[in-house]
Amino acid sequence: MRNTWTICRKELGSYFVSWIAYILLTLFATAFGFFFWTLLTVFVVEGMEMQMRGQAFPMNLNEQIIRPLLMNVSVIGLFMIPLITMRLFAEEKRNGTIELLATSPVLDLEIILGKWLAALILYSSLLLLTGLNLAFLFKFGHPDWKPLAVAYLGLLLQAGALLAIGTFISTLTRNQIIAGAATFVVCLLLYVFGWVEGFESSTWAHVLAYTSVATHFDSFVRGVIDLKDAVFYLTVIILGLFFTSRSMESLRWRS
Amino acid sequence: MISVKELTKRYARTVAVDQISFEIAKGQIVGFLGPNGAGKTTTMRMLTCFLPPSAGTARVAGFDVLEQPLEVKKRIGYLPESPPIYPEMETAEYLKFVGKLKGLSGSDLQKRVEYACDRCAIADVKKKLLGKLSKGYRQRVGLAQAIIHNPDVLILDEPTAGLDPKQINETRDLIKDLAPDHTIILSTHILPEVEQTCEQVIIIHKGKLVATDSVRNLQARARGAESVLLEIAGRDGVLEAPIVQHKLEQVAGVSRVLCKQQVDSRVLIEVESEKGRLVRGDLARAVVQAGWDLNELRPAAMSLEEIFLQLTGSESGEAGKPATKELPR
Repeated sequence: MRNTWTICRKELGSYFVSWIAYILLTLFATAFGFFFWTLLTVFVVEGMEMQMRGQAFPMNLNEQIIRPLLMNVSVIGLFMIPLITMRLFAEEKRNGTIELLATSPVLDLEIILGKWLAALILYSSLLLLTGLNLAFLFKFGHPDWKPLAVAYLGLLLQAGALLAIGTFISTLTRNQIIAGAATFVVCLLLYVFGWVEGFESSTWAHVLAYTSVATHFDSFVRGVIDLKDAVFYLTVIILGLFFTSRSMESLRWRS
Repeated sequence: MISVKELTKRYARTVAVDQISFEIAKGQIVGFLGPNGAGKTTTMRMLTCFLPPSAGTARVAGFDVLEQPLEVKKRIGYLPESPPIYPEMETAEYLKFVGKLKGLSGSDLQKRVEYACDRCAIADVKKKLLGKLSKGYRQRVGLAQAIIHNPDVLILDEPTAGLDPKQINETRDLIKDLAPDHTIILSTHILPEVEQTCEQVIIIHKGKLVATDSVRNLQARARGAESVLLEIAGRDGVLEAPIVQHKLEQVAGVSRVLCKQQVDSRVLIEVESEKGRLVRGDLARAVVQAGWDLNELRPAAMSLEEIFLQLTGSESGEAGKPATKELPR
C-alpha cells in the first residue's frame, strides 16, 4: 500500500510539474464553461418566456441544467481520459525508467494501482472545477444535492473504468501518441455501442449495448444508484487493471 | 554472493544467453566482458529480476530470482545502460522517490540521500532538474540511485559509456571506492577498464561463457611462459635482424624469437622463454657480448585485449571478426 502511494505521488508530481495537469484543467474548464453557459441561458430565457405567458410550468434545475450538463461532462471526459493515461507506461518505457520500477522491490500490482489512482485523482480534480459553476446554482436556486452526488459517483466510476482501459493500452506501446489515439477510439466506441440497440434487436446488439459505458451511466445521472451498473463499472476497472498486469508481465518475457 | 547455474535466455529465434554458470564471492569487483550483443545486458537483467530466465537458475544472496524476486530486488542496486531518470524531477526528489521504492523511510531515507549525494559527488545539483543535467552528472545520479538502499550487490551496465575521459576516471575511482561495501558486477566492452578496476573477469561471447578467472591468472594462462621485448641497436649503424635472431635463439631456455620491427639499425625483438625460466639476464649478456647496444628490455605482458581476441576468436574463424570490429580502444 505504501508503495502504491509512493508511485501515485510521483505520478501526480509529474502531471503537475510537466504542466499536463494545468493544460487539461484549462481545456476542461473552457469546454465545461461553454456548456454551462448555454444551458443556463436557455433555462433563463425559457423561464422568462413562461412568466410572460403567465404559465406556471414547473421549472427544475436538476432536470434541465444539471442532468444534461453532467452528460456533457462524461463526453468531455472521453477527450480528457486518453490525454491523462497515454503517458502512464509509454513514457516509462521510452525513458527506460520502467527498468527502475521493475527492478525495485515493488509488486507490479502496486505500480499499476499507483498509476491508475494518480490518473483518477487528476480526473477528480477536473470534476472539482465543475463545483465552481454549480455553486452558482446553489446560490441562486435550490437544486437537489442528492441526485447530483449520485451523478458524480457515476462520473467517477465511468472515468475509473475508461482510465483502467487507457492504462492498459499505455503498456502496449512506447509511443504516447499511439497510446492516446488508440485509447480515444476505444473509449469512443465503448461510449456509442449503445446506439446499435436503436436499429437492431438481436442478441448481439444487446450484448454490444451492454458493454457501452454510456448505457450504464443513465441511472446514475438520473440520481439512482443501480447496483448492476456499479458492478459493471467495477468489473471493467478490475478487468482493465488485470490486463495491465498481464501486459506488464509479458513485457518482461518479451523485452 | 551470486551463483549462476546454466542460465539460459531464449527469444523467439535467438539464444541470447546460453547456459552460463559462474560464482561470485562477496566483496569482489567482477568485470563482465564481451563485445556488443554478447548477452551481457540480458544476463544482468536476469540477475536483477527484470527478465525471467528461460532455463537454469540464478541466486543472489541465497535467493532465487524466480522464486523470491522481492528479496533479490531488495539486495540489488542496478544501473541500466542509460540511467533510469525522470527528466522532470529534481535530483534530491528523485533519489528520495527511489529510496522509498527500495523500502527506506523517515530519517533513514534522508540520511541515505545525503550519503549517496556525497559519495557520487552530486550534492551541488540536488535542486536541479534531471533533464537539464549533463551526461556525466546523469550517470552519477544513476549510480547514486543504485547505492541508495545500501545493497549487497551492485550491478552496473556499462557505467562509463558515453562519458569523457575525465569522467571515466572519476567513475572508475568511484566504483573502486564503493568496492569494500558491495559486491560489484560491471559490464563493459572496453578492456582497459576491466584491467584497471576489476579483480575478476567473466568473458562472454555470443551468449556463451568463454572464460572466468582473475585478471592476473587470465594473463598468465593465455601465455604459459614469460615473454620479453628487446630493442637492440647496432653500434656501427648496421644490424642484420636474422643475425640477432640467430644469436638470441642460442641462449639457453629460449623457445622462440620473433623479429617484430626493424628501423634502420634498430630491431625490436620478442623473445619467449620456456615455462618457469628467467632468461632476461642471459639475453642481456648475449646482446652486450655480441657488441650491440641494448636500448630496452621489458617484459611483454599480454594485454587483456589480446587475451580477449584470442579467446573469442578461437571459437570459430568468423566469430573473431565482428568482435575485433566492435572493440574501441
